[in-house]
Amino acid sequence: MTRPTLRAITALLAAATPAAAQVTTPPDLASPPGLKTPAVQETRLTNGLRLLVVPMHEVPLIQVVLNVAGGAREDGARPGLATFTASMLDKGAGGRDANTVAADVAYLGAQLFAGADWNGTNVSLRVPKRSIGAALDLMADVVLRPAFSSIEVKRQRDLRLANLIQQRDQPGAVATLAYNSIVFPEGHPYHRPIGGDSGSTAGLDSSMVRGFYQSTFRPDRVTVIVTGDVTLTEARAEIERRFGGWQKGTLTSPSASKPAQAIAAAPTKVYLVDKPGAAQSVIRIGHAGVERSSPDYYAIQVMNTLLGGSFSSRLNSNLRETKGYTYGARSGFDFQPIPGAFTASADVRTDVTDSSLVEFFGELRRIRDEKVDPVELDRTKRYLALRVPGAFETTGQVAGQLGTLLTFGLPFNWFDDYVRRIMAVTAEDVQRVARQYVRTDSLAVIVVGDIQKIRPGVERLKLGPLEVRK
Amino acid sequence: MKRLALLFSLSAASALPLSAQGSASRLRVPFVMDTLPNGLRVIVHEDHSVPVVTTYTWFHVGSGDELPGRTGFAHLFEHLMFMGSEHAPYPQFDRLLEAAGASNNGSTNNDRTNYIESGPASALPLMLWLDADRMGWMLPTMDIPKVDLQRDVVKNERRQGVENQPYGLVEDYLPGMLYPPGHPYSWTVIGSMKDLSAASLDDVKNFFRKYYAPNNAVIAVAGDVKAVEVFALVRKYFSDIPRGPEIERPKVASFSLAKDTVAVVEDRVQSPRLYYNWHTIKGGTADDAVLDLVAYILTGARNSRITQKLVYEQQLATNTESFQDSKRLDGDFTLFATARPGKSLPELQRIIDAELRRLAEEGPTQRELDQAKNTTESSFLSALESTSRKADQLNAYYYRNGNPDGFQADLDRFRAVTAEDIKRVVRTYLLAPKAMLSVVPQGKRELAARAGGVTP
Repeated sequence: MTRPTLRAITALLAAATPAAAQVTTPPDLASPPGLKTPAVQETRLTNGLRLLVVPMHEVPLIQVVLNVAGGAREDGARPGLATFTASMLDKGAGGRDANTVAADVAYLGAQLFAGADWNGTNVSLRVPKRSIGAALDLMADVVLRPAFSSIEVKRQRDLRLANLIQQRDQPGAVATLAYNSIVFPEGHPYHRPIGGDSGSTAGLDSSMVRGFYQSTFRPDRVTVIVTGDVTLTEARAEIERRFGGWQKGTLTSPSASKPAQAIAAAPTKVYLVDKPGAAQSVIRIGHAGVERSSPDYYAIQVMNTLLGGSFSSRLNSNLRETKGYTYGARSGFDFQPIPGAFTASADVRTDVTDSSLVEFFGELRRIRDEKVDPVELDRTKRYLALRVPGAFETTGQVAGQLGTLLTFGLPFNWFDDYVRRIMAVTAEDVQRVARQYVRTDSLAVIVVGDIQKIRPGVERLKLGPLEVRK
Repeated sequence: MKRLALLFSLSAASALPLSAQGSASRLRVPFVMDTLPNGLRVIVHEDHSVPVVTTYTWFHVGSGDELPGRTGFAHLFEHLMFMGSEHAPYPQFDRLLEAAGASNNGSTNNDRTNYIESGPASALPLMLWLDADRMGWMLPTMDIPKVDLQRDVVKNERRQGVENQPYGLVEDYLPGMLYPPGHPYSWTVIGSMKDLSAASLDDVKNFFRKYYAPNNAVIAVAGDVKAVEVFALVRKYFSDIPRGPEIERPKVASFSLAKDTVAVVEDRVQSPRLYYNWHTIKGGTADDAVLDLVAYILTGARNSRITQKLVYEQQLATNTESFQDSKRLDGDFTLFATARPGKSLPELQRIIDAELRRLAEEGPTQRELDQAKNTTESSFLSALESTSRKADQLNAYYYRNGNPDGFQADLDRFRAVTAEDIKRVVRTYLLAPKAMLSVVPQGKRELAARAGGVTP
């Protein structure tokens, strides 16, 4: 069976545009370019380490991303442990102290960064081709021989504690912390912040960090992505030389994401966080969403882009471009192996906090209650489908796209079918997934703002019970 | 993703650090240029590696061109450029581009306003047509409700970035503390609420006629396009737009501070933060590059001098940052540090002042200077990976010195810097009087930095 090619599909799309080519009417556009996502070359070292290479020879730069599956979902009883362990990797390694690592990396014109998300730890290196060998030596030290000295752990722990205190000054950060702790119940991995809280951070010590590292950093969990001015043969030799001797561990695979514990749909409730004198109210509205592997992924993308995922989306058109309440309103699904949050959000002028909530609720209802207009639907689908080439321009972008496919276990040719799947979404699909995945009667509404000014108006809306949070 | 054309050539297989390689490497971004009879200039850079295109239009007007009582106007006007034109009435601009898979944005600074569209290469004619329509036929559709709406949006942008942002109000204070009254950089790009409220429809019309004419604009197009086709499209869409008047540019008089300007402001924050702001030199000059490297040596990396002392060794601060703001007519250098909870600004001030003096006296080590240069050189390479960054940079170099492909010459400024340059520049600019602003938690003015400095 043959599938229609992207070019054929996009040619059909182009034929639907008006055909006049005068200065007073928009030009007729040629067929959009065919989507050629880069071919991924793959190999595996004998210790199980997987290597993916995408040669891109335009600029003499190389991007290396070493991904260790697991990440913050393995934090266990200590939120923030994975992100903290990642941050400790380059604070002394292979006999170099923390400052020497930083100095040696930068001397090569390289950038080295280590971080963790819910699904893995990433150590990424960006380096001019001519310095790739010396830079990989440093990266190997950081990954294989981190010091985790007590004095450095204490130093970075104290810095993190200070940053957690200063985070309270940022209304957006305060809103996000409150939102996640409300949407996800106690015991759910997303209930507590990925970066930890003061309590979990204060107790961090060198042995915890080392323990987390030893139980998760094993070559059979590791994928190395190399993009840029390099061939598979070169990349394999360089990676093998430094990571080939890494001993396979006894643990064979990371714990899978826990199946989602059922999150009971609680009736709508409003939570206010006080920020006296605030010029704006920071609003977050939503509930637990849906997992990345959902067969409705494409329809949800179209629905959300139309609702709040583009400049012309309904939420932004309404709250910014019609009402002038905000600098920008949006919505989004946090796609993870288990359901992340669905969130609609905006920072709005204090005196229109209640009016803004009315508009948010109105748009959430409308996307469920009314079938979408065909022109609006078509525009949204084309926006999603045709912009894809722009996501594959730089070595960093290509490595990032590959990493995402890897995280969700998707094939590397996933984008080949993307345009067709997006263009196949119908108005009925949009309404069906809106009704299934966007709720209007069981929402968490978080507002960080000047309670004295906003409370009366918000109460009058009678959205649900109201609670003041610290 | 894979392209055949060679963008530029670098000697490949050397293990030497970049700065040690001398001038063998050449950065080159090939371009061709066209000028229309109405004065519109077009720069095209072909890059066929990915089927995308970026259109970056620069208008040579920024907040420095604003009139007294109208601060923030250039940026407010930027917002109005998306509100529709005669043949593409609101909200067609965004909708047509989205339907073609393209996105768009704009930004304003002290010297220029730029507008970007990027998307699949097939969207180029639409991008240019929309840009032409708003350059030639915007005023007939402009009205006061549109101005009022975007005035509200911009005020919200200001609230989000200034009033409701910890330390955001600093933006309101620093320019006026450093630059003398009337200097085009003595007010902020975002402007004051009062001036935003005062902007009228007549202001919009006058500003448009003066500054948004083709002879004050340069379009840079980069991506999977053919230059001849771009030129043909631009001539087709833009030729009927009449040339505008010659523009008188703002003038800056030289000035220097006789002594520190000192201020303390209270904000809703947990920890105090100290800002230093010095008068330096305009962008593109030799000393401007030296100041960029100075910023790196002070705070650019974990092992940079002030960062290492304040954040790492003594643990007095959570973060430090510094940068040379290379503007077209003048320049300034900002350094700030945020104290850890319980720490006061004089403790930070003592170390910052001592490190500045030490750098002026001893200069950097060769290794430090090489680290700064190599990091800078890598950032040049990164900029060449994306069509949008190349298009923006071609426009920036053209505005600065009339040559769009200024990449190598720009890099050469950094390669030429010596340890003696660093010493001289720190002594000349950063040991001179400055604006010093302490942001302290409400009611905690005793945490502020000391006028006249701290005894070492």
